[in-house]
Order: sequence, then C-alpha cells, then structure tokens
Amino acid sequence: MARIDLDNLAHSYFPDPKGDEDYALRRMEHVWEDGGAYALLGPSGCGKTTLLNIISGLLTPSHGKVLFDGKDVTNLAPEQRNIAQVFQFPVIYDTMTVYENLAFPLRNRGVDEKRVHARVHEIAEMLDLSGKLKQKARGLGADEKQTISLGRGLVRDDVSAILFDEPLTVIDPHLKWVLRRKLKEIHNKLRPTMVYVTHDQIEALTFADKVVVMYGGKVVQLGTPQELFENPAHTFVGYFIGSPGMNIMPCNIDDGAAWIDGQRIALSDQQLTALGKASGKTELGIRPEFVRLHTEGQAPEGSIEVNIVKVEDLGQFKIATTRFGTTELKVKVGEDQQIVGQSGFLQFPQEWTKIYADSQLVA
Amino acid sequence: MNKITNNKAWFLVLPVFFIVAISAIIPLMTVVNYSVQDILDPQTRYFVGTEWFKRILTDYRLHEALLRQIGYSLSVLLIEIPLGIGIALTLPRKGWGVSACMVLLALPLLIPWNVVGTIWQIFGRADIGLGGYFLNKIGIDYNYTQSSVAAWLTVLVMDVWHWTSLIVLLCYAGLRSIPDAYYQAAKIDGASRWAVFRFIQLPKMQSVLVIGVLLRFMDSFMIYTEPFVLTGGGPGNATTFLSQYLTRMAVGQFDIGPAAAFSLIYFLIILLVCWVFYTVVMNAGQRGEQ
Repeated sequence: MARIDLDNLAHSYFPDPKGDEDYALRRMEHVWEDGGAYALLGPSGCGKTTLLNIISGLLTPSHGKVLFDGKDVTNLAPEQRNIAQVFQFPVIYDTMTVYENLAFPLRNRGVDEKRVHARVHEIAEMLDLSGKLKQKARGLGADEKQTISLGRGLVRDDVSAILFDEPLTVIDPHLKWVLRRKLKEIHNKLRPTMVYVTHDQIEALTFADKVVVMYGGKVVQLGTPQELFENPAHTFVGYFIGSPGMNIMPCNIDDGAAWIDGQRIALSDQQLTALGKASGKTELGIRPEFVRLHTEGQAPEGSIEVNIVKVEDLGQFKIATTRFGTTELKVKVGEDQQIVGQSGFLQFPQEWTKIYADSQLVA
Repeated sequence: MNKITNNKAWFLVLPVFFIVAISAIIPLMTVVNYSVQDILDPQTRYFVGTEWFKRILTDYRLHEALLRQIGYSLSVLLIEIPLGIGIALTLPRKGWGVSACMVLLALPLLIPWNVVGTIWQIFGRADIGLGGYFLNKIGIDYNYTQSSVAAWLTVLVMDVWHWTSLIVLLCYAGLRSIPDAYYQAAKIDGASRWAVFRFIQLPKMQSVLVIGVLLRFMDSFMIYTEPFVLTGGGPGNATTFLSQYLTRMAVGQFDIGPAAAFSLIYFLIILLVCWVFYTVVMNAGQRGEQ
C-alpha cells in the first residue's frame, strides 16, 4: 500500500493547450494518504476518470508528476505501478473459470502455483466466491463479475492502491448496497489505499472517509462528508451535495449585512472582516436544512417575509419552496411542523449562512 | 389451460408454406424424383430404386473428387482463418487508415466469381501474365496448365486472395466491439500480448469466426466458377472438385439420375458438416454458461 502524491499535475488532451479550458485537468497538488478510502465525486466530464487513469498509468499526464511513496512513477506503465483498477463495466476473462480469473494477475507475474493457490483461496473466501471457483466466469451476474474484477486487484499483495471507476453503474440497486458493504469490509480488513470515482453523492458519502469533489477539471474541496455538508468550500459543492442542494443567491454587501432583493440578512463580524479582503461576485448560500420557516405567530427578529409557493411532502420531511421578490429558496421542514397559510417568515442562523465570492467560500 | 382449437389458423400459415414449397421443397423433391428413376427420354422412364445411389457411392472418380474437395476446403480454412485474424489484428483502429483499409479489403469481394477466375488465368500465364512471367523469370518452373501442383496452388492462392477479406472484415468487426476497459484491465493484470489475444480477443471473436468458418466452408466446398474458368478442372483431374464433377455428369453426359443422386449426397454432406460444426461450437459455448 502506498501514499500517492500528485505533484503540480495537469493534463490536456490537446498537444499545445492555450487557455484553461483546454485542460481536462487543471493544475493541482494533492495527496492521497496511505490506507485512506477516498471518493472522487463530480459531474460527468469534470475530469474524474482522467485523473484516475493518470494515477493508474493508463494515461501519461502532460504536466507534473505522480509519486507513489515518494517514488516518481509518472512514466511507468500500469503493470509496473502495482495498482489495481475496477472499471465501470465488469471486465472478466470469459473463457476462464473464476479461479483462473483470480489467478491471472499472479500467473502473469510468474508467481509459483502453490502461492497462487493459497492467495486465490484466501481472496475468494473474503469475497464469498469460494463456492464458485470452478465455474466459468461468463455465466455469472454483473455483481459477481464486478466482485471478480475487484478480486483480481486484491490477490496481488504488492498492490499500492485500488482504483474504482464508477464500479456500481451496472449493478442492480439492491446489490449495490451489498457490494458497497463488501468494499467497506475489505477496506477495514486490508487497509489498501482506495480511490473511488463516482457521480453519485450517496455512494461517495457512504464509501469514503474523505471525499474529493471535482468540478471543471479542478479539485474544489477535499473533506469528510460532514465538512462537505456543513462547510462547502465552493458553491458547486453546496449545490451538488445534499438533496435538495444548497440555496445560493446573489447578494450585495452593504451596511454590515447582505442584501438579497432588498431584504437585509445580518452577517457576523468575522464574515464581514473576511469580506473586506475578498473581491468578485458575492453570493449567499444556506442549506435548506438550516433555514428556519415560521408560519405562525409574530415575525421573529431579523427574519424576512416570504410567500410559500409549493410544499412537497416526502414522507419524513417536507420541502417548502418560498419566494421573496424574484428569489426562490427551498426550506426543509420536519414532518411534525405544520405549514399554515400562504406566507411565513424565514430566519437565517448566522453559523449556517455562508458567503461566497467568485464561487469560493469567504466565511 | 384450455386449448382453443381453431383450425382457421392454418390458413395464416399457408403463404409461408407456399413460398417454402416453391423455393425449396418442390425443387428438392424433383431431384429426389430423378435420383430414383432412369429417364431415357421424356416418355420413357423406369423406377430403379437405390441403384444410382449405389453407383455413385462406389464411383472411384467421385471418391477422388471428394477427397480433393475436402483437402481443398481444409486448406482454404487453415490458410484464410489465421491469415484473416492476423490481418484484422494489424489493421489501424482509428484515423483515415481505417476507411482506406476497408475499401482495399472489400475490393476483391466485389469482383464476380468468373472475373476472378479470368484475372488469375491471365495473371498466372507464363507468356503474358505478370505473376507467371515473374515466377518463371526467377527460375521457378511454373505452369498451371501442365503441373497439377501448380494448378492446385493457383486455385488455392486465388481463393485466399478472393475471400480472406471476408474473414478480416468479420474479425475486425468483432475486435472493434471489445471495450477499451478490457485492454486496460489486461495491462494492469500484466498480461502478455499473447494472453491478450488468447483470453480477450479470440473469445470475443468467437461468434463471428463461427459464421466466417461456416461461410468459407460452404463456399469452398461448393466452389465451381473460379476453377472452371481458370483450369477447367485440369490438368487431368487435378482441380476437378465436386461441383465440377457434378456438372460434367449432369450437363455434359446428361446422366440425370446419377447426377441427382450425387446432388442429394453432396447436399447431405454439407448439411451434416455444418450441423456438426455448429453444434460442437455452440455446445462448447453453453458448457461455459453452466
């Protein structure tokens, strides 16, 4: 297992990239700690797969270096880097049995048969494939095939990292859960460095200790699921993580407060100091979970009056769409709270109100 | 479940029945009819039972033609299949080269059979043919009208030239359908070039190869036009294959009875070989599923 450093890395598919937009991967510094379970989360086309292929060696980056435990592997081929990769579609060798599939990477490296036998049985045991070792691999279901792909990575005990490229795309929903749990189990047992690419936030948040969110070829935030939720460093993270995503509204800063559509929202002193140094388009973001909606009684201090446009009841909670001026704002309301009438008051708790300048978190 | 009996439904099957009857069953039955009769002239005919079949089955010239035919079909398959796979593997996967190669490869397939025969007949001639002249020039005594080995090889090379493209195109289509992830996974697994071919490319080409082998077997087993134009079955009987022998019997000597019996046996051989081949391959595939 290994620590992976990305040193000043960038990649462009064009031979002579000009502007930033020619880069599939913008310049980045990044460290994947040894034994960590990372998820690489982002929308399609944000550069996740490019980054993964650079780490695995299927792609040579146009700029920068990849280091495994401090050793430069940028120009090494995949088989020399000792990484394993599980692809979106299960890759198995059709004509081989499950046993032969699992033994393949070892046999290719000239490991002696006794050792192969022991390793394959050990891994098969771990992946619940023991009963199927003699079967032809082609007759198995997609989830079992994907397990075999994973197993081919695990049999080698010299593997530095296991990379997953949206591995659950073709798996039935009820089996996704089983496989995810299996992955987690394996991670706890063997502690390999795992990098898991996905565009599904639930997958990312349940699998990983640390989530790396990518957007437009850049890493916009690295953090635990909780950090991503409570403290999005970029408006994209706020919007992409959570369901519904963060409310993001353009605002003006004036007179010690943020103004949205003529409504005043008080900010903390710390936010105001930070704003003094920042420049660019300012936006205010707050998660629907943290806005408070009052529909009964007096208007609380510092609240703004809104119309309630729509209420969706999702069982355990309700999502109310409110409007003031031309601004729409979603509020997550507990199932037990009654929503009375067509209007109400919104409160913005200061600790959950985030200010962004040019999409970057200010405070 | 209660079965509903509605005999009117049979009327719906009638059109198909007629078409199949006219296109296949009636012509076949005519041949069966000929094969059990001795027809002297349109009015005079005798029922002879299995006599023609017996005669055909004991005809040594036919045995020779059959052996020649089997040898020829086997050679065709043994050369064209590996060669086709080999060429398909070396073709470019993208860029302008793809279309260029496709056009070049498709060309021989577009040429009518007897034109192919004529092309090679001229090409192989020692006096005016480029190939024949060149071979003789470098000291090889090559004359397909006199040497049976030369004639045989010429027919074989001609077939390879004409039909390898078909195998190439089929294999190429099979290769293109392999997702990149397979090659990437193989790289990561440390597979050698041979292992990639053996465990990824060959299995993925299996289904198209079955079609390719069947097509090339049937076609080569029934080959007629090209050797007819090129060598006329000679020298001697060196390139007289089954079709040629059959035509000589039916059209040349007007032995309709034996020729009909021969046709039926010929047909059964092809059917049998294809069936056996197909069943064996498909069973091998299915055993893997279990």
